[in-house]
Amino acid sequence: MVTEDRDGQAPDSEPDAGQPRQPGSRETSRSWDVVQLARHPQRPHATDYLERIIDRFREIHGDRAFGDDPAIVSGFGLLRGAPVMVIGQEKGRKTRQKLHRNFGMPRPEGYRKALRAMKLAEKFGRPIVTLLDTPGAYPGMDAEERGQAEAIARNLYEMAMLKVPFVAACIGEGGSGGALALGVGNRVLMLENSVYSVISPESCAAIVWRDSGKAELAAEALKLTAKDLEKLGLVDEIVPEPPGGAQNDVDQAARLLGDALARNLDDLSGMSPEQLVQDRYEKFRTMGGFFKNVDGS
Amino acid sequence: MPWFRRDQKPKRVHTEGLWIKCGSCSAPIWKKDLEAQSMVCAKCGFHFKINARDRLDMLFDNGKWEQIGGNLRTTNALRFNDRKPYEDRLHDAKQKTGLHDAILCGVGTLEGHEAVVCAMEYRFIGGSMGAVVGEELTRAAELAAADRKSLVIVSASGGARMMEGMVSLVQMAKVSAALKALDRAKVPYISVLTDPTTGGVTASFAMLGDLNVAEPGALIGFAGPRVIEQTISQKLPKGFQRSEFLLKHGMLDAVVPRTELKQYIGNALDFFLGPAS
Repeated sequence: MVTEDRDGQAPDSEPDAGQPRQPGSRETSRSWDVVQLARHPQRPHATDYLERIIDRFREIHGDRAFGDDPAIVSGFGLLRGAPVMVIGQEKGRKTRQKLHRNFGMPRPEGYRKALRAMKLAEKFGRPIVTLLDTPGAYPGMDAEERGQAEAIARNLYEMAMLKVPFVAACIGEGGSGGALALGVGNRVLMLENSVYSVISPESCAAIVWRDSGKAELAAEALKLTAKDLEKLGLVDEIVPEPPGGAQNDVDQAARLLGDALARNLDDLSGMSPEQLVQDRYEKFRTMGGFFKNVDGS
Repeated sequence: MPWFRRDQKPKRVHTEGLWIKCGSCSAPIWKKDLEAQSMVCAKCGFHFKINARDRLDMLFDNGKWEQIGGNLRTTNALRFNDRKPYEDRLHDAKQKTGLHDAILCGVGTLEGHEAVVCAMEYRFIGGSMGAVVGEELTRAAELAAADRKSLVIVSASGGARMMEGMVSLVQMAKVSAALKALDRAKVPYISVLTDPTTGGVTASFAMLGDLNVAEPGALIGFAGPRVIEQTISQKLPKGFQRSEFLLKHGMLDAVVPRTELKQYIGNALDFFLGPAS
């Protein structure tokens, strides 16, 4: 069934995936290079980070309504000794795993499981960490039937009022609403070579240039890199990666991510539940305010 | 140039624009009749798309309402240029609709209840949501909460606006948070989904009503039908992602014909708040 992902692009089809261009190549290709790194076949996934930075991780399964979605991994454990609920999108590595994980494209039951995990953490006053890495929410018939849109909407709605510290980190591909559905944190971090976008460059190119081969142009136009998004004020912090990208040294990448998560959770730990809710509301209330009054005021 | 010329144009009966062909059953309909029927085909019940202004006229009592907002325009944070600069698209859409963006909001009474009604304008870049739509809806929800006026949002949108990239995506979170605050204030919010409502709009405020109701036959979904067909490499069955399909799968409270919509919302507000004085 799943023969393609990323809106029609064959998985791992680029033979030169992740090989950054030679220095001196056009500046305009920079974003596309980052897209390639974000999708690099060896790039660490959520479970790679979990193994390295979460001690005594215990996975929890199921949405208590329909099923368990392997595209989302959730569970509790210790981050630098402190209890935390972690929810990550997992793409899977080899073919069998990729199929099992549905290439990291969650179905509604995945989002509902994630919300259940968040509510559980909130009930017992434990902070939440999410790791975003998905080409997008799964665009299939079954997902539509079970209310993909409703599941994502519900998460956006409920995340707004969670009374515990919440840090979201985009570790690879932040695929539109499918990523945002786990992404309404008090702090939003992005790994240096991750991307976060409203639409994949391929789909964007297919729509505006009617040619998915123009993805390189689209990647540039969409401003989807961590740097671009930090400039737009949509991301709080860029987490550095080892030279050349996280795939070159997974352990170090995990350490750097662990440091950033622990520090941000620590910053939030002094806030009361009301302050946390207020902080998150204000953050998203003022984010993306790119408009002006018609009269120029 | 031919050596002969017709010196008279062929005789024509001037009925252009007076008759409209139904988009579903192809029956010719006298335009005035159609307008009297809230733009619903009397033969087959097909719901024509209507613009935001007509929608507010239709829902508010006696067609009387006062506009709120409407004075914001996007600052085009991404400087997005494709085959046609985004600024030009905005300009054209403004010429066509008379609006600064794909949203029109008003206050007035609906079946006697004080209400804020927001209608998306599909003719404005596919009703897509960027910074302005997100902000206007958020302000509308905040106003509704502060003044305890019921909120109705009529969706007609292809989703988030690609030309505003991530700026448009975060609007989903912003509007949803404002609706959660409205929920806490126990002020009613009714979401009306019309043809089409897809993508980031369905995946945020359109699915978050105390009641979610849709007009008959509207396309409603997260992924567009073409994307799904591409994913599963097969044709979708007829009626997939239409209102009736969503009703069957438990995603909607009701499918309500346009001609009964105002009354339906009025009944719901009566139930929530008690009869209007």
